[in-house]
Amino acid sequence: MHSVVCIKQVPDSAQIRVHPVTNTIMRQGVPTIINPYDLYAVEEALRVKDKVGGKVTVISMGPPMAEQALRKALSFGADRAILVTDRAFAGSDTLATSYVLASAIAKVAAEEPVDIVFCGKQTIDGDTAQVGPGIARRLDIQQLTYVAKLERLDLDKREIAVQRRAEGGVQVLSTKLPCMITMLEGSNEIRFATMDDMFRAARANVEVWGADTSGVEDKTQCGLKGSPTVVKKVFAPKPREEKAEMIESRDKAPAEIAASTIEVLAAADPALAAEFGPRPPAGA
Amino acid sequence: MAEHFDAIVVGAGPAGSAAAYTMAKAGLSVLQLERGEYPGAKNVQGAILYADAVADLIPDFREEAPLERHIIEQRMWMLDDRSHIASHFRSENFNEEEPNRYTIIRTQFDKWFSSKVREAGALLICETTVTDLMKDEKGRVVGVRTDREGGEITADVVILAEGVNALVASKAGFAPTPNPENFALGVKEMHFLPQDVIEQRFNIGEDEGVVIEAIGTVTQGMLGTGFIYTNKESLAVGLGCMVSDFAHSGITPYDLLENFKQHPSVKPLLAGSEVKEYSAHMIPEGGYKAMPKVFGDGWMIAGDTGQFVNSLHREGSNMALTTGKVAGETVAALKREGKPMTEANLARYRQTLNDSYVIKDLKKYRELPGILHRNKQFVTTYPQLMSKAMESWFRVDGIDKRTKEKSILKSFLSARSFTGLIGDAIKVARAIR
Amino acid sequence: MSDAKPARRAPKGKTTELPEHLKAYKGVWVFIELERGRVHPVSWELMGEAGKLAEALNVEVGAVLIGPADGSVEAAAQEAFTYGADVAYLVKDPILTHYRTEPYTKALTDVVNAYKPEIMLLGATTLGRDLAGSVATTLKTGLTADCTGLAIDLESKTLASTRPTFGGTLLCTIHTVNARPQMSTVRPRVMSMPEAEPGRTGRIVEHPLDLMESAIITKVLDFIPDRDQNQAQLAYADIVVAGGRGLGGPENYRLVQELAEALGAEYGGSRPLVQKGWITADRQIGQTGKTIRPKLYIACGISGAIQHRVGVEGADRILAINSDPNAPIFDFAHHGIVGDALTLLPALTQAFRQQRSVDRLAS
Ligand SMILES: Cc1cc2nc3c(=O)[nH]c(=O)nc-3n(C[C@H](O)[C@H](O)[C@H](O)COP(=O)(O)OP(=O)(O)OC[C@H]3O[C@@H](n4cnc5c(N)ncnc54)[C@H](O)[C@@H]3O)c2cc1C
Ligand SMILES: Cc1cc2nc3c(=O)[nH]c(=O)nc-3n(C[C@H](O)[C@H](O)[C@H](O)COP(=O)(O)OP(=O)(O)OC[C@H]3O[C@@H](n4cnc5c(N)ncnc54)[C@H](O)[C@@H]3O)c2cc1C
Ligand SMILES: Nc1ncnc2c1ncn2[C@@H]1O[C@H](COP(=O)(O)O)[C@@H](O)[C@H]1O
Repeated sequence: MHSVVCIKQVPDSAQIRVHPVTNTIMRQGVPTIINPYDLYAVEEALRVKDKVGGKVTVISMGPPMAEQALRKALSFGADRAILVTDRAFAGSDTLATSYVLASAIAKVAAEEPVDIVFCGKQTIDGDTAQVGPGIARRLDIQQLTYVAKLERLDLDKREIAVQRRAEGGVQVLSTKLPCMITMLEGSNEIRFATMDDMFRAARANVEVWGADTSGVEDKTQCGLKGSPTVVKKVFAPKPREEKAEMIESRDKAPAEIAASTIEVLAAADPALAAEFGPRPPAGA
Repeated sequence: MAEHFDAIVVGAGPAGSAAAYTMAKAGLSVLQLERGEYPGAKNVQGAILYADAVADLIPDFREEAPLERHIIEQRMWMLDDRSHIASHFRSENFNEEEPNRYTIIRTQFDKWFSSKVREAGALLICETTVTDLMKDEKGRVVGVRTDREGGEITADVVILAEGVNALVASKAGFAPTPNPENFALGVKEMHFLPQDVIEQRFNIGEDEGVVIEAIGTVTQGMLGTGFIYTNKESLAVGLGCMVSDFAHSGITPYDLLENFKQHPSVKPLLAGSEVKEYSAHMIPEGGYKAMPKVFGDGWMIAGDTGQFVNSLHREGSNMALTTGKVAGETVAALKREGKPMTEANLARYRQTLNDSYVIKDLKKYRELPGILHRNKQFVTTYPQLMSKAMESWFRVDGIDKRTKEKSILKSFLSARSFTGLIGDAIKVARAIR
Repeated sequence: MSDAKPARRAPKGKTTELPEHLKAYKGVWVFIELERGRVHPVSWELMGEAGKLAEALNVEVGAVLIGPADGSVEAAAQEAFTYGADVAYLVKDPILTHYRTEPYTKALTDVVNAYKPEIMLLGATTLGRDLAGSVATTLKTGLTADCTGLAIDLESKTLASTRPTFGGTLLCTIHTVNARPQMSTVRPRVMSMPEAEPGRTGRIVEHPLDLMESAIITKVLDFIPDRDQNQAQLAYADIVVAGGRGLGGPENYRLVQELAEALGAEYGGSRPLVQKGWITADRQIGQTGKTIRPKLYIACGISGAIQHRVGVEGADRILAINSDPNAPIFDFAHHGIVGDALTLLPALTQAFRQQRSVDRLAS
């Protein structure tokens, strides 16, 4: 059983700030983390390995710094880590990213067949949930997104059954390996590594693959060149003109404030008020 | 797999990294444990870096370390509620080839420094908290316990560089339970401004920086100082007061800082900035007298854990670097000589420090913390009196200068008796002699 | 698979000149999401947007309907006409009874390749995102997720999709150059619901699926509908009451529920409440939760972080209760009360209940 997990290193979006004057992102001092959704993917892959044995390979495409994210994945128990990094990949949109990752996974699979490719549901920076499906399509393998639970895994029949979050309910799907699974948040909880794993990760070698070594065949499909989408403009959301109109509350009893609140709401939106208050007298 | 190292270093702040770097360079097997996600993750304060102590370890650090600005101007402010009296020292000499002081952002600096430590060959493991020391039946330290499964690791020597909280050292009985009178609580905010705005406001060029140190009524009668440091695109604005004073006054550090920011002399410097990061951190300020014993069988203490901070000059990171380095050199030398890490052998650490600026400076100011504690007039009465005096002196209002002189003197005398004034002068003179 | 190859372009700086073979792509399409006989409302919300885009381009609005051959597709097509579709493309086959990536991808890709729309919009639901990612990769075209604004760039006549980035702190506008169709997904409730125009009709174009069940690898074993049917309603409720960390403890969340009950409203909360386990994940409001668009939103003890804000900004009216006069929520709420939610909530509940009983007596 060989799983590949795609993880991305992202800036901790809770701590990102926008330059007040130039409106650009200030990355200075913003810590980077493993995309939180990808941790569910890592954990699920490790659980599969715990159960049926095998191997977990983690792959990340990103700047050299993303090595940290991979090393961390190793500490959780992944066996092999590959950093796919090259200037030629910079500026990739989801189409180009999935091309590069799929190429790298194909190269891994050529050495050692891959049964499941795990991805996170989405990233917190790109936030598109497109890379997983993109990889599946490019590798021409089955695609199972928003998976909340692996129900059954039958290695002999090479079959897997999962619960997939759908609109208004849960789909139970079965398919054949190899497949690509994106894991839903809350589906598991990432483990706390043992000291031995920490040592192993600290000493492990993270493989670095560049444009020429990552299995990419057509460089025009990578980076800016291979990205049909172009960001034309980045800007801060327009602040609302006025601030909230305050309902006087100082030194007032709660009941009094509640009464004036209803009045204010009724005045502002009579139609709405009709839903929770007396109708205006006829003729008014 | 049972792991054994020549040395384990607890903490990846300046002290720990200096120790780990020195030992790794000397070819020892070194494990460094850091509880933060990465070195510097927990050290958010913008700060002043003293080049000397770094250059001692990495001579060409200026070429690669993330430095913000080198300091060319030092301002000392004495504030009352509406005014400040200042001395500025600015010199072109500070624009030297190898500047002496820099503003840095600790998160970035610590991360960089740690990368050098790893290059030197030390093994760094983060997100791992040392919970306790392992001792043998004779009470000798033989390793550490961590919060991870299978987390007992042994070493010939453990260097505790865990910063001011010193939880491991206290638990082991090496550092006394913290006394609020020996600690200041520093709070700090980062105010972001465009680079050119900072340079205009502080009248400095690219890469040049200013330090403002402020004492006076901003601390509302508590012992402490405020500061403003210029980074490239941000200002570090903060304030530190004794923990014991906060406890007495009931004032929250946050309110105090808010007040400082509203001071008419401070406010225009911060106007239009975007505040991010509010952080609070303790600073050991007990000085020489509060220093614990810093070595024993199989262990040493470096940096803030050992109270190695010169509070008057705001020197902490340099002492951390130097004590860490000396601790590391001591271990390396003993290893070379084939000697065990016994208390008697490790005493060399303290002896070396005795001969260095670290202990000499701490000794020099040993009386200062106590004197300041008992004499709050230095931060309350005097700034007010001085401002009043200055205001009267500069205001042209038809009153002759002689009369002004007299009334100024009178105001000093009525606030603080003649003997009081003399006494204060002597105290200060003695403390910083 | 498609043969729509990405166009070659100069290595430096892209030309915006569209290759000849892509110029034939015309019309604005909406993928109408049909699951178990029901159209997801986001599809109608998108029809409203498609109408505006088509008008700016002076082209037709198309609706794509994929589903079983049980009449539901045709029924939905008729409804799509009332929401402004000029033409409906239908792919009907028993294979398409339940959503599965593979046959749906083939169906949609085939229709696109056959009738060549320049713009295609999908709802950013679990179905829509799954399908969009797969189809866009097959077509090797650009796809912009979770858009909050769609417009036509008048100069280039291309789609300008605006979406939040970096956790909602910034917005960016994205164009798809040199590939067609230009694809975007939009979350439910981000766009407003257009008025239907009863009796309006349009053309129907049927397209075969051309696929055997035996060729499809993934099988649907079961569908377990959500037990709590309420959860789907949060996004569509007229009034929503929500609580945040300011409530102090899980026991106080009941105050929110009581007010919601008095108002006949839905209840929800900020993310920390989900993380603390006070409420279930499907009641989270915000960037990583539900986007809501109620007539009235009452936020109690919620600071108004940007990730929360983006989920509620579409509300007609926001009332915020917060003890901190400087809380960011007052920057975008319409009405604010500085005060303790724990005492104000019961008072409001009481007051609204009284209103209701007065109302009942009067009528
Ligand atoms: C607001 C403020 C401003 C300051 N300004 C200056 C200045 O301008 N110039 C200056 O020289 N000094 C300044 N200082 C002091 C300076 O920051 C310290 O003296 C210096 O950081 C001490 O270094 P250290 O290595 O001893 O401790 P730290 O930098 O605190 O490092 C200790 C490390 O150990 C880790 N750790 C702690 N416990 C454990 C454990 N159990 N297991 C594993 N890891 C652990 C911590 O996470 C931390 O990374 C300032 C301090 C403050 C609070
Ligand atoms: C990638 C990412 C995605 C996120 N997605 C979401 C999301 O989808 N939805 C979401 O909500 N958050 C989201 N967040 C979290 C978001 O950043 C905020 O942390 C969160 O919204 C804060 O929740 P809160 O307002 O309940 O709590 P707080 O920010 O702690 O605010 C509590 C408020 O209650 C007030 N208060 C305290 N006591 C009282 C009282 N007695 N009466 C009245 N008021 C009181 C306080 O003044 C304060 O303003 C996300 C964060 C990240 C990083
Ligand atoms: N650069 C990358 N490297 C590795 N995996 C990635 C990368 N970008 C996206 N992914 C994977 O694809 C998922 C969806 O990402 P996104 O489409 O950006 O929301 C993530 O959760 C990751 O598992």
